[in-house]
Amino acid sequence: MKIHEYQAKDILARYGIPIQPGRVAYTPEEAEEIARELGGPVVIKAQVYVGGRGKAGGIQFGDTPEQARAAAAKVLGMDIKGLTVEKVLVVSKLEIKEEYYLGIILDRKSQAPMVMVSKAGGIDIEEVAASTPEKIIRQPIDMHWGLRPFEARAILAHAGLPHQVIAKGGAILTALAKAFIESDASLAEINPLALTTDGQVQAADAKILIDDNGLFRQKEYATWAESEESNPLEFEAKQEGLTYVKLDGNIGVIGNGAGLVMTTLDMVARVGGKPANFLDIGGGAKAEIMRKALTFVARDPQVKGILVNIFGGITRGEEVAKGVIMAQADLPKGMPIVVRLSGTGAEEGKEMLKQHPGLDWGKDMREAAQKIVAVVGSKE
Amino acid sequence: MSILLDNTTRVIVQGITGREGQFHTRNMIAAGTNMVGGMTPGKGGTIVEGLPVFDTVEEAIKATGASASCIFVPPAGAADAIMEAASAGIELIVCITEGIPVIDMTRAMLVVHEYGARLIGPNCPGMCTPGHGKIGIIPYQIFTPGPVGFISRSGTLTYEVVALLTEADLGQSTCIGIGGDPIIGSTFVDYLKLFEEDAQTKAVVMCGEIGGSDEEDAAEYIKTMSKPVVAFVSGRTAPPGKRMGHAGAIISGNTGTAQGKVAALQAAKVPVADTIFDIPGLVKEALASA
Repeated sequence: MKIHEYQAKDILARYGIPIQPGRVAYTPEEAEEIARELGGPVVIKAQVYVGGRGKAGGIQFGDTPEQARAAAAKVLGMDIKGLTVEKVLVVSKLEIKEEYYLGIILDRKSQAPMVMVSKAGGIDIEEVAASTPEKIIRQPIDMHWGLRPFEARAILAHAGLPHQVIAKGGAILTALAKAFIESDASLAEINPLALTTDGQVQAADAKILIDDNGLFRQKEYATWAESEESNPLEFEAKQEGLTYVKLDGNIGVIGNGAGLVMTTLDMVARVGGKPANFLDIGGGAKAEIMRKALTFVARDPQVKGILVNIFGGITRGEEVAKGVIMAQADLPKGMPIVVRLSGTGAEEGKEMLKQHPGLDWGKDMREAAQKIVAVVGSKE
Repeated sequence: MSILLDNTTRVIVQGITGREGQFHTRNMIAAGTNMVGGMTPGKGGTIVEGLPVFDTVEEAIKATGASASCIFVPPAGAADAIMEAASAGIELIVCITEGIPVIDMTRAMLVVHEYGARLIGPNCPGMCTPGHGKIGIIPYQIFTPGPVGFISRSGTLTYEVVALLTEADLGQSTCIGIGGDPIIGSTFVDYLKLFEEDAQTKAVVMCGEIGGSDEEDAAEYIKTMSKPVVAFVSGRTAPPGKRMGHAGAIISGNTGTAQGKVAALQAAKVPVADTIFDIPGLVKEALASA
């Protein structure tokens, strides 16, 4: 789950990591008021779930409260990569002398959180990793202990950070690791970690991703979930317990099991179609889930036809057929549906579907994909 | 022969008294698996599906001599169940549970390695050795004994491809769903090593998907193998940055794309099936030229 910079910094502050004072504003007036409270120059930062805010103009400065208001007016409502800015973070401006990168990601290979530190901060770490990987020091965290302060300091020293940053930065990195582990994070970045002209070390920007599997025990963070404006359907699907990913084609795809659905998408593309979504109904789904899945997929206005591909094991063909028939009444008139069933209850399911006009079926995944692609293609 | 499981392997179920645990215990018995007991804390002394239930894995091992365990414990307790099994001396742990917090898995893996156990999964359908039995939730009836080893990151896709193999008279030695999470107990390379040494296995089918670099690592290892491997990679149409159902099926930047995996496998001279329907033909060619 994505969270905003101000929320990530809220987490960091709980672990004693220094951040600039400030808060979130939803209007230019609020931004002005916050700037007045803070005193001195401020930074106005768009709070949206995408990177590259700076380049897009989503970060502005104001030396006075009036300028802060004008800057916030410019940023609020701005479109950044398809997302509308609805709130800004207003914080005191730092006089930055140097910038570094501190990050922790979940590393599949070492099966542990991996600490990454670079002297080159403030820029896209993926670019650094691609062009000059030697500039990034990596070390997996030994989960017996967590990251110990001496290890954190050693990593900073290896990365070539200056003497005056080692103690303060080491404490910050230790705290970041603790925050990562205790928050069920899958990524936690401070980029940049700023050394100010007066010798302070602060987290000037922060990014944290929370592992969805940890949300059942991260109850407060779970309440931070927000719809990404570009994907309102995905957000709603999650709330409904459906695994749905929006794609840009016109053929809705529903199946059981992530690998099978992915393979079905590939098959649709292979026979010349464009999948509109990924939707996995999971194992053992009943008719009601199937109905819900179909009506959900059809809410995407781009969808011109739906392919249902089920390999019955714990999921039964009759239940799938029942759900498809139930959904027909709720779907736009004439929406073509092709169902492919195999395994448990497939024959019974097919018999049920045969009685209903407007439903077709395929003997296997390929034939079903060809049928839906043909019928959708013929309508365009 | 086969790998990991045969009809002498003594198997228990952790979480046997739950709905899923009980249902699948019945199916495992029906598949011929040598089931010897189960455990659920607090339910010791009861009987489920004719099997004795214990409070701890340690007690279950003492009483039954079990060496393998199948875990049907909900996500919040599943990593603890893995650690309990490993530290009690279970050699083969199959964890079906989906949704385990990944930080819990980083801790569980320490214990699995320390005790030298093998973990299959989590977030997997388990495994089966046709003619001997199964551990997990795989629909056993679609399998038939034969020379093809099978490994996949996905459940239903496994059933789909195995049904095609069986239909084409290509029986299987052992089939394993390795799990869809970012941190799993054993990767493709671990199983390929076992198949390479197994006398029954003459060829291996490997079904990968987007995310991580296990397929690329497998490609490197396959270069050293004497047995042929046929591969399939799903997620060619998956967009970057989106979790495609499986927690581990996500393209991050340029890492984990289907195209990259296909290229790595082809560079290792592994035939990569364009669609799953091409897999049986490629396996037959591989067996003929082996």
